[in-house]
Amino acid sequence: MAGRAQPVSAFPGISAALLVAALILGTLGAVAYRAEAGTGFAASDWAALRFTLTQASLSALLSVGLAIPVARALARRRFPGRSLLIALLGAPFILPVIVAILGLLAVFGRAGWLSQGLIFLGLEPVQIYGLHGVVLAHVFFNLPLATRLILQGWQEIPAERFRLAAQLDAGPLAMWRLLEGPMLRRVAPGALTVVFAICLSSFAVALTLGGGPRATTIELAIYQAFRFDFDLGRAALLSGMQLVLTGAAALVALRVSAGEGFGAGLDRVVRRWDGQSALARGLDGFWIVLSAAFLLLPLAAIVLAGLPGLMGLKGTVWQAAGNSILVATLSTVILLALALPMAAAVAAGRNGLTELSGILGLAASPLVIGTGLFILIYPVADPFALALPVTALVNAVMALPFAMRILVPRAREVLGRYGRLSLSLDMQGWAFVRRVYLPRMRAQTGFAAGLAAALSMGDLGVVALFADPDFATLPLQIYRLMGAYRMEAAAGAALLLLMLSMGAFWILDRGGRWHAEA
Amino acid sequence: MLRLENCRIMNGDYTVEADLEIASGACVAVIGPSGAGKSTLVEAIAGFLPVTRGRVLWNGADLTRQPPGKRPVAMLFQDGNLFPHLTVAQNVGLGLHANLRLNQLEWDRVGAALARVGLGGMGGRKPAALSGGQQSRVALARVLVQGRDILLLDEPFAALGPALKAEMLDLVAELARESGATVLMVSHDPNDARRIADQVVLVAEGRAHPPEPSAELLDNPPPALKAYLG
Repeated sequence: MAGRAQPVSAFPGISAALLVAALILGTLGAVAYRAEAGTGFAASDWAALRFTLTQASLSALLSVGLAIPVARALARRRFPGRSLLIALLGAPFILPVIVAILGLLAVFGRAGWLSQGLIFLGLEPVQIYGLHGVVLAHVFFNLPLATRLILQGWQEIPAERFRLAAQLDAGPLAMWRLLEGPMLRRVAPGALTVVFAICLSSFAVALTLGGGPRATTIELAIYQAFRFDFDLGRAALLSGMQLVLTGAAALVALRVSAGEGFGAGLDRVVRRWDGQSALARGLDGFWIVLSAAFLLLPLAAIVLAGLPGLMGLKGTVWQAAGNSILVATLSTVILLALALPMAAAVAAGRNGLTELSGILGLAASPLVIGTGLFILIYPVADPFALALPVTALVNAVMALPFAMRILVPRAREVLGRYGRLSLSLDMQGWAFVRRVYLPRMRAQTGFAAGLAAALSMGDLGVVALFADPDFATLPLQIYRLMGAYRMEAAAGAALLLLMLSMGAFWILDRGGRWHAEA
Repeated sequence: MLRLENCRIMNGDYTVEADLEIASGACVAVIGPSGAGKSTLVEAIAGFLPVTRGRVLWNGADLTRQPPGKRPVAMLFQDGNLFPHLTVAQNVGLGLHANLRLNQLEWDRVGAALARVGLGGMGGRKPAALSGGQQSRVALARVLVQGRDILLLDEPFAALGPALKAEMLDLVAELARESGATVLMVSHDPNDARRIADQVVLVAEGRAHPPEPSAELLDNPPPALKAYLG
C-alpha cells in the first residue's frame, strides 16, 4: 500500500514512539553509565539470576501444564456460568498484585483456610513464603492467561475437523493424534515463553512472598541495592543483567507466540461429539471446579477479610487512595496521548512502530526504568518529590503494548474504511481526528484507558523505589501495613484497592461504549 | 475536458496504462473483467493512487500532484460512504466544510440538498435508522453540495437490489444533468452502461481504452470485451 495517501499524519505518532524509545533507551544509557563493570557480579547476584530463572521456569511449566486440561474442559463442555468463568479468566490481568497476594495468604498462608483444615486433620500447616509461594502467586496470575491462550488454540480448530473426527469414530487417543496434539505443539510453546517472560520481571510477588538470599529475583535485588544500600552502581549492574534477560525472552516470545489471548469469541461453543464417557466428563468437571475455586477463593477471601477493616480505615490509607487515583488518572492521560497517535501512525502504514513498542514494552522493566530515571533526576532535582509523576509515566509506558494491541486493529479498520472518503472530502489532520478518528475509536479507547487505569491503580513497582516515608500509593500503603503485621487494616485497604481498580476499569470501559454506534 | 495523458498508474505490483480524453458533462461507464483495473483507474483520477508516468488534466489544469481533497472530484465508494456516528445532515454538511463549521445559510443548503434527493426532514437521523437506498441518497446529497466538476462512482449501489439500483442510477443521471458534472462510473453490468452512460471506457489487460459510444460498443464488442460479456 506504499504511496497511498492517508488523512492523518504519522508524524505525531512517530514523535510519541520516539519519546517512549528515548525514555527507555535514555534511562538504559544512564544505567549503563553508572554501572561499575570493574566490580563484577557478586555471589548474591548470581543467586538472584538463578532464582529468577528457576521460578520463571517452574511458573511457566505449571501454568501451562495446568492450563491444558482446564482449557480442554472449557472447550468441550457447556454448563451454566461458562461464559462468566471465561470472562473471569481475564480478571487477574487487572487485579492488583498486592490484593491477590493478600487473598492467597488468606487461603494458603500459615493462618489461612488450607492450614486450618490441615491442623484440624492433625497435620502440619503449610508455609507460603519462599520459592513455592512465589510460584503459587505466579500460577494464580498466569494460569488464566495460559488457559485463554490455549483455549484460543482449541477454538481455532475448524468445526469441520471435529465433524470429520466424529465420523471416523475417533477415540481419545485418535483425537489427540489428529487434532489436539498438533494444536498444542503450535500453541503451547508460545504460552510457555509468554508466561516465562512475564515472570522474569516479577517484583511485587517476590517482594512480598520471596526475599532473603534464597528467594530474591533480579528486580528485587535492584530494589534492595537501591533502597537498602543506595548502591546505584550495583543497581545499574543488576539492571543490565535484567535487561539482557528480558530482552532475550521478549524476542523469543514475539517469535514463537501466535495469538495474544485478547481475542473475542472465546465463549463460542463448538459442537463436539467426543469425550462423552463418564470418566471424561468427570475429569473435565474436576478441572473446571478446581480452576474456578483456585481463582475465586482468594478473591472471596479478600472480600471477607476486608469488609471488617474497610469501616475503620485510617486517614493515611485514604490519603494513599487519593494518591493512587491521581497516579492512575495521570497515567491514563499519558497513555492515551502516546497510544492514540501511535495507533494512527501504525494504521497509516508505519508497521515498524508496533514491533518496536511490543519489544520495548516486553523487555522494559519498571525497576530498570525507575533506576535510570533516578540517576538522571538525582543531580538536578529531588527524585522523591517527583514520585507521583514518575510513577504515572512509568505505568503508562508499561501499559503501552497492551493499549496498542487493542487500538491498532480498530485504527486500521477506521482508516481502511473511511480514509479515502475523508480524503476526498478534504477532511485531514485535526478535522479528521476530531470528526472521525476519535469518535470511531471510542469503545477501544475506553477499554485501553480502563486497563491502563486499573494497572496503574494497582501497580507496586517503581513507586517503591521513589516514595519517601511520607508518600504512598494505596498498594504501597498496603505493603507497609503488611510489614507492620496490621493484617486487618491491610485487608480492608486491599478491598478498597480492589474496588478502585475494578471501578476505574468498569467506568472507563463502559464510558467508551455508552451510546456508541456500531 | 478530463485528459489522462500517457498515464501509468501503480497499484501495488500491477499497473494500468491510460491515454484518453473524456468530454465535459459526459456520463461514462468503466467496464471490464474484474481485476483488470477499473477501480485503479478511478482511484488514480481521485488521487488515491500515484500516477508514475504522464499527467491527469482537467480543462488544461494539471491535477497529477494535487491531493485528493483539492481535486475537482467527488467520489462514492463501494461501501463506507457515510459516517455512522454523525447525523444525516452532518454527513451531508461534510461536503461543504470537513470540520463541520457551517453557518445557517450552509445548513439551509444541506436541507435543500436532502429535500432534492427525497429525504427532506430526515437530517437529524443517524444512518443506521435509514434503509440502504436512503443511505445512498444521503451520499448523493453530499455529492450535490460538494458541487465538484467530476463525479466518480466505484459501484456504490452494488449492494442494492436491481430496481433500487436502477432508481439510484437514474437519480445520478438526473443530478449530473442539472449540475453539468462529468460522471465516471465503474460497473460490471453492461445494463448499467446502457441505462445512463452515453460512452464506455473498456479496461482490460492493464490498459484503459478511449471512450466509445455505449450502444455501438456493447452491440459490436471487440474481442476483449466479448470475452468478458460472454
